[in-house]
Amino acid sequence: MFTIAAYSLGGLGLIFALSLGIASRIFHMEIDPRIEEAMEALPGANCGACGFAGCKGYAEAVIKDPEVVPNLCAPGEEEIAKALAKISGKEAGAGDKKRAIICCAGGEDKVERTFTYEGILDCESAAILYGGNKACKYGCLGYGSCVKACLFEAIEMNDIGLPQVDKNKCVGCGKCLDVCPKGVVKLVPVTATVYVACNSMNKGAQVKKICAVGCIGCKLCVKACEKEAISFDNNLASINYQNCNDCRTCMEKCKSNSINVCM
Amino acid sequence: MISLTFPGGIHPPKNKDLTRDKAIKTIPFPPKVIIPLIQHIGAPANVCVKVGDEVKTGQVVGEANGFVSVPVHASISGKVVEIANKPHPVKGECMSVIIESDGEDNWIERHVSGNGWEDFPIDKIKNKIKDAGICGMGGATFPTHVKLSPPKEKKIDTIIINGAECEPYLSADHRVMLEDVNSVIMGLKIIMKVLGAKKAYIGIEDDKEDALSIMHSAVVRESNMEVVALKAKYPQGAEKQLIKVILNREVPSGGLPMDVGVIVHNVGTAVAIANAIVNGQPLIDRVVCVSGEGIARSANLKVRIGTLFSDVINECGGFRGDVAKIINGGPMMGLAQYTTEVPVIKGTSGILILSTDEVKVESANVCIRCGMCLEACPMYLVPSKLGSLIENNCIKEAKEEGVLDCVECGSCAYTCPSKRPLIHYIKYAKLQISKEKK
Repeated sequence: MFTIAAYSLGGLGLIFALSLGIASRIFHMEIDPRIEEAMEALPGANCGACGFAGCKGYAEAVIKDPEVVPNLCAPGEEEIAKALAKISGKEAGAGDKKRAIICCAGGEDKVERTFTYEGILDCESAAILYGGNKACKYGCLGYGSCVKACLFEAIEMNDIGLPQVDKNKCVGCGKCLDVCPKGVVKLVPVTATVYVACNSMNKGAQVKKICAVGCIGCKLCVKACEKEAISFDNNLASINYQNCNDCRTCMEKCKSNSINVCM
Repeated sequence: MISLTFPGGIHPPKNKDLTRDKAIKTIPFPPKVIIPLIQHIGAPANVCVKVGDEVKTGQVVGEANGFVSVPVHASISGKVVEIANKPHPVKGECMSVIIESDGEDNWIERHVSGNGWEDFPIDKIKNKIKDAGICGMGGATFPTHVKLSPPKEKKIDTIIINGAECEPYLSADHRVMLEDVNSVIMGLKIIMKVLGAKKAYIGIEDDKEDALSIMHSAVVRESNMEVVALKAKYPQGAEKQLIKVILNREVPSGGLPMDVGVIVHNVGTAVAIANAIVNGQPLIDRVVCVSGEGIARSANLKVRIGTLFSDVINECGGFRGDVAKIINGGPMMGLAQYTTEVPVIKGTSGILILSTDEVKVESANVCIRCGMCLEACPMYLVPSKLGSLIENNCIKEAKEEGVLDCVECGSCAYTCPSKRPLIHYIKYAKLQISKEKK
């Protein structure tokens, strides 16, 4: 009894093993071992900052596609760019590392809410109804979509209802930019020291009515900047970081305190 | 007579007794109007007056910008005092022309054509409808002349006039049918001529017996028109449900009524068309139902477009008791307002002033899989599943489940015992899908 069972099961096992062995030979797929290597080099966070579907997508693209450069991994920084360059045989190139910053200082104490919102607590959902309930239609809604979107837990809400980016945790992947309906989150070079903490394109008089810390478009910063690093579009100042020399004159001149130090 | 209906839907309290027996009253024109340049679906109108200009009633102040757009007109005579961003009952904020009244009501020259329209070429009628600034008056505000211009291969054989008015509280269309039946029939005749349709139905819910009988006697002599009684149920007045109930034709997913040879127009739109063609009068006023327990005197009012909600409320004796919500439109699909300084626009079928007793705010809970939303959904969707998918950001899967077919009637959210904000989720998903397309 026992022997029959052992022989028949053993025989079946042998037949399956043989057929599997043959099948693996016939249907053999050539996989570039460099893709595996690149996968291991990448951080595996699948953040999507590179623009591909996760780390695997980028690993395949960087090896197979000669157009794809190896320094697209934002969280990986230079180290991974070099590693990928070595594996793919491409040049690492100079990556300019960026970080996210919240360009609005109009928290609950500074800007009023026009109505009580009782819907889904998410900025994009809140923006469906009249563009949100903040008196400033360009300002941060404060429902924390960016906090939820951040894969690196780099954003937290502060006590005045505004998100705060932790400089040390932010990898500059830009996920938070995609979910902000107001475009309040912007990317700046990590070397930046000052930024315009306002996103309002309203005219000065209107800004003054609704927000104590909004850019009123007085252009004092533009005049004060020796390096001509500040430009003015749609009633809003913006800093060109290539020219900025961190003198902080603009910050001192700003009457409405809308130019802040990067924390 | 047997009342027809569709599977699904809900039976919210109708609350129409507040206004259904009140005759339409024309209110004096206001001292100031705000005319938004977007009162329709499509491209905003281009402003064509300057601050300081004197305008007459019926004068164009914003020209149509392209085919899917309609012009907007001054609804009072007076002076343009400002052109600026002002609160808007649907958009939140919109570029608007503000006119201060001169105390008179000087009209532009109107070309009364009487019955002469019967000899007009079809293109002339369509242009007149466009020039009169007419868009769907039921609330969706789609430009009417676009609906009247289907592509050649889509042959329209049937017109449906929507007199269902299934939203609770509202009775504007009801009163229009009772008091202006001739204009409704005239408008319908014009629509039928333009589209070359052979048959027309007028769908009315069976709780409006008086409107049914008046309409019946009005079409007795018209062999190609028929009045259909529909069961009083929400959303009986939804376009696709009307077509299914009356003609047993199903509009394909992602399609339009014209795909099954039908065009549906609201009662108010038919009256506006008749006014434009027969009396040469652009769309400068509409009937608005002001109702709810929070208003001193509920009423059906004929209001100039651009009149502020606050003026209308004052006309009705102001607020009564604790007011919880002010809604533009009906309680199911309307939008709550945060200020009364918004103007009445072409799509404002009602202004609801709801008291604290009428408004209940409950916090949302998890789905208990009871399936009540499935039974309520008139589009045969699975709202509970859509809600959960969207909550977890599975927009692609929600699209496969047919989220784009949702008509946002709100039946699912109304019936949900867990008070889940299902329509909000669905609106969010639709936004994400449209963002992806761009």
